Amino acid sequence: MTDSVLAQALVYLAVAVIFVPIAKRLGLGAVLGYLAGGVVIGPWVLGFVGGEGQHVMHFAEFGVVMMLFLVGLELRPALLWQLRQPIFGLGGLQVVVTAAVVAGGALAVGVAWKAAIAIGLTFAMSSTAIVLSSLSERGLLKTSGGQASFSVLLFQDISVIPILAVFPLLGATVATELTDVTSEAGRPAWLSGLFVLGAVVAVVGLGRYLVRPVFQFLAAAKLREAFTAAALLIVVGIALLMQTVGLSPALGTFLAGVVLADSEYRHELETDIEPFKGLLLGLFFISVGAQIDFGLIGHDPLKIAAIVAASMLGKLSVLYGLGRLFKLDRPARWLLAFSLAQVGEFAFVLLSLGAQRGIFAPDVKSALDAAVAISMVLSPPAFIVLERFVLPRVTERTEERAQDEIDEPGGTIVIAGYGRFGQMVGRMLRANRIPMTILDLDPEIVDIVGRLGIKVYYGDASRTELLHAAGCEHARAFVLAVDDAAVATRIAENVRHHFPNLAIIARCRDRPHYWELRRLGIKHVFRETFGSAYEAGIASLQALGYRANTAHRLARRWRQHEERMLEELGELWGTGDGYFSRVRSGLDEAERLMRDEDPTVFTDRDASWDNESLRADRRPEAAAADDVAS
Amino acid sequence: MRRVLVLFAHPVLERSRVNRRLVEAARDLEGVTLRDMYEEYPTLDIDVRREQEMLLRHDVVVFQHPFYWYSVPAILKEWQDLVLEHGWAYGAGGTHLRGKVTFNVVSTGGPASAYRESGYNRFTVRELLAPWDQTAHLCGMRFLAPFVVHASLAVIGEDDVAPARVKYRRLLEALRDDRIDLDRAAAAENLVDSLDHVLAPREVA
Repeated sequence: MTDSVLAQALVYLAVAVIFVPIAKRLGLGAVLGYLAGGVVIGPWVLGFVGGEGQHVMHFAEFGVVMMLFLVGLELRPALLWQLRQPIFGLGGLQVVVTAAVVAGGALAVGVAWKAAIAIGLTFAMSSTAIVLSSLSERGLLKTSGGQASFSVLLFQDISVIPILAVFPLLGATVATELTDVTSEAGRPAWLSGLFVLGAVVAVVGLGRYLVRPVFQFLAAAKLREAFTAAALLIVVGIALLMQTVGLSPALGTFLAGVVLADSEYRHELETDIEPFKGLLLGLFFISVGAQIDFGLIGHDPLKIAAIVAASMLGKLSVLYGLGRLFKLDRPARWLLAFSLAQVGEFAFVLLSLGAQRGIFAPDVKSALDAAVAISMVLSPPAFIVLERFVLPRVTERTEERAQDEIDEPGGTIVIAGYGRFGQMVGRMLRANRIPMTILDLDPEIVDIVGRLGIKVYYGDASRTELLHAAGCEHARAFVLAVDDAAVATRIAENVRHHFPNLAIIARCRDRPHYWELRRLGIKHVFRETFGSAYEAGIASLQALGYRANTAHRLARRWRQHEERMLEELGELWGTGDGYFSRVRSGLDEAERLMRDEDPTVFTDRDASWDNESLRADRRPEAAAADDVAS
Repeated sequence: MRRVLVLFAHPVLERSRVNRRLVEAARDLEGVTLRDMYEEYPTLDIDVRREQEMLLRHDVVVFQHPFYWYSVPAILKEWQDLVLEHGWAYGAGGTHLRGKVTFNVVSTGGPASAYRESGYNRFTVRELLAPWDQTAHLCGMRFLAPFVVHASLAVIGEDDVAPARVKYRRLLEALRDDRIDLDRAAAAENLVDSLDHVLAPREVA
C-alpha cells in the first residue's frame, strides 16, 4: 500500500495528526511525537515505510534549511554581530574539544587514528532540527542558554565546510565519486573560495536590492499564492546556489534570513514559510524514527548502548565545562549541555561519506548510524529530564534567569491597518516611545510610511499565523484600525478567539458595525468619524457665539446622552419600528437635555452655578452656601 | 505707567449679573490686558509657559471672579497650582513675580452685613482671602485689599451695577497711571468703600 505517493503522504500525515497531538498532550513535545510515529510506521513495527526512508529523509532535510531561514529572519544583523563571541568562541571550542574527546575515546577502544578523527568530527555535530524545535517549542530559545545553544549550532553549520574538506584527506582510498555536498568538484581551492565569496555577496545583494521591489510588485498584484511561491523560490534558490558552491544550504538561507530581517516583508515571509517548515521538519523526524535499525541494535545491544552513552555523556560534559568557561549561569549551562548532547542529522551524511572513502568499515558505519539515531531519539526525553528534574533545582538560587531576553522588535502594541486612522494612533504612541508592530495590506502605505522611517509590515492581519508572527502572544494591546468593516470584524473574531486576553481597541465604521464589534466582547470601540464631528460641533456652537466653556460642556453632555443611546439602540437594532421610534424619542430627549427642561435628566453640575434658586430663597439662615453664586 | 493684567474667571458668564457688567469696564482700557480664562481654557488645560510670559509682561495682576464657596472658581485654582511653579514664582530662584501688585475683584451673593463676625458668614472677605494673601506674600508680591461687590443676588438691572462699574474703571486707570497709594490700598478692607481715600493725592514728602 506504500507504492503511490498519495498513499505515502497518507501515512506520514496520519502520523503527524495522530502522534504529535498525543505527545503534546502527554507533555513530551512534538519532536518526540514525530520520532515515535516514525518508529511505529517503520519497517520494524508496522512496516508502512521501508527502504525509501533514506530518500524521504534527504528530501525532508530541506525543513532544516527552511528553519534556519526563519531563524535568520528573527535575527537582525546587529543582533548577530552581538553573538559573534559565543558563535566563534563557544561554538569553535565545542567542535574542537568534542571532536578531540570523542576521537580520544575511539582511539582508546582501538580505532585507527584516521577513523577516530573522522568519528570525532562527526560526533561533534548536534541536531539543529531537534534542538531548535525543542527550544522554541518550550520558549527557551531567547534565554541565555538558548542563545548559547543556537550560537554553537550556527558554528557547527559553518564548520561543515572545512570538515567536508578534511574527510577526503583521512580516506584510505581515493574515491571515484563525489557526493553532492562536497565542494572540491575539481576546482582549485582559491577558485572555490572565490565562488563561495561570490555566492555570499550575491545573497546579501539580492536580499537587499532585489527582493523588495519584487515583493512590492507581487503585493500590488494581490496574489496570495504568488507571494508564497516567491518566498519558497527564495529559499530553494539560495539553497541550490549554496550547494553549487559547496556551502551548507542551511547556512546560506540563514544568511538570507538575516539580510531580510530588516525588511517590511519579514512577517509575511515568516507566515508563508512556516507551515512548509513545520511539515518538512515533521517528515524529517518521522524518517529518523523509521530509520532506526532495530535488527542491528538487537544483534549487539550492549555495544550500541555503550556508544550512545559514552558519546552523549562526553558531549554533555564538554558542553557543561565550556558553559562554565564562558561564564553562563547554572541553568543556562545545564540547558546548553542537555540540549546539544545528541549527535546531529549531519552525522548521517558524514558517516556515509566516511564509509565511501574507506575511512571506516561499512559495519562500523551501520552501528554508528544506529547510535546517532538513538541519541537523536533520546534528545526530547533529555529535555524533559532537564525541565522536570534539573532546572527546578538549579534555578532556585538564580532567580533572574528569565530576564536575559533578546531585545526583539516585538511590539508592546500591535496595530493592524496603518491608514488615516491607524497612523494617528501610531503617531501618538510613537511620541510616547511605545514599541509597536504595525501591519498593513496596502503596499503603497508600507512604502510611503516606510520612507518616513517607520517600519510597517506587509501582511493580512486576518491570518492567524501573521498574528502569531506579529507577537500577539506578548502584546499588551491590539489596535484594530483597518477601514473595511467586514475585514475588521473578521480580524476581531480571530484575535478574540486566539488571544482572548489581548485588549482590543477597535475602529468601527458605523452603528451596526459598532454593535457587531461590541457583541464580540470588545470594550473599546470607536466610531471613526465621531471624534472630529464632535470637535466640529463644538466649533459650530462657538461660531454662533456660545462661550467656549459652555460649548464644551454642552458637547460633553450631549456625548454622554449619545453614548447611552448607542448602547440602548444596540438592543433594539433589527426590531424595525421599535428601533426607529426610540431613535426619535432619543432626539427629543437630547433636545430637552440641552435646554435643561427635564429635571429628571438634568440634575447635575450646572445647577450649582445657577443662582436662580438662591435668588428665590435669600433668607440667610437657609443659605449657608449663599455665596456659591454671584 | 504700570501694565495691568486682569485674569477673569466665570464659568457661565451668560448667567452672570455683576461680573458680566463689571468686566466691560476693563475690556477697552488702554494698558489693561483682559484674559477671559474660561474662554481661553474651556478644558482647563492651562498653558503654563504662556501664562508665565503674561505675568512677566505686567506689573499688576488682578483676579476677577465670583466668590464661590468663599474662594475662586476652579480654573483660577488650577491656574494657581500650575503657573506659580517652585523655582519660578517662589523658592530658590523663584523671583519672577517679586515687586508686582496683586488683588482680587470679587462679587458675592450675600450682603456686606453677612461678611463680619456677627454675620452668617462669620468672616470678612479679606479674611477669607487669606490663602491669596499668603500666596502673594510667598511670591514677594504686594497684596492689596479686595474690590468686593456685595449682594449680587439683589441685582436686577443695569443700574444696580453702574456705580461699581465706574469705580472699577477708576481703580484700574489709577493703577495703570500709578496714581494710587499702595500702603493705604493694602491696609483697606474693601477697595470699593475706600476708593476715594486710596486715590487721594499723596502729600509731598
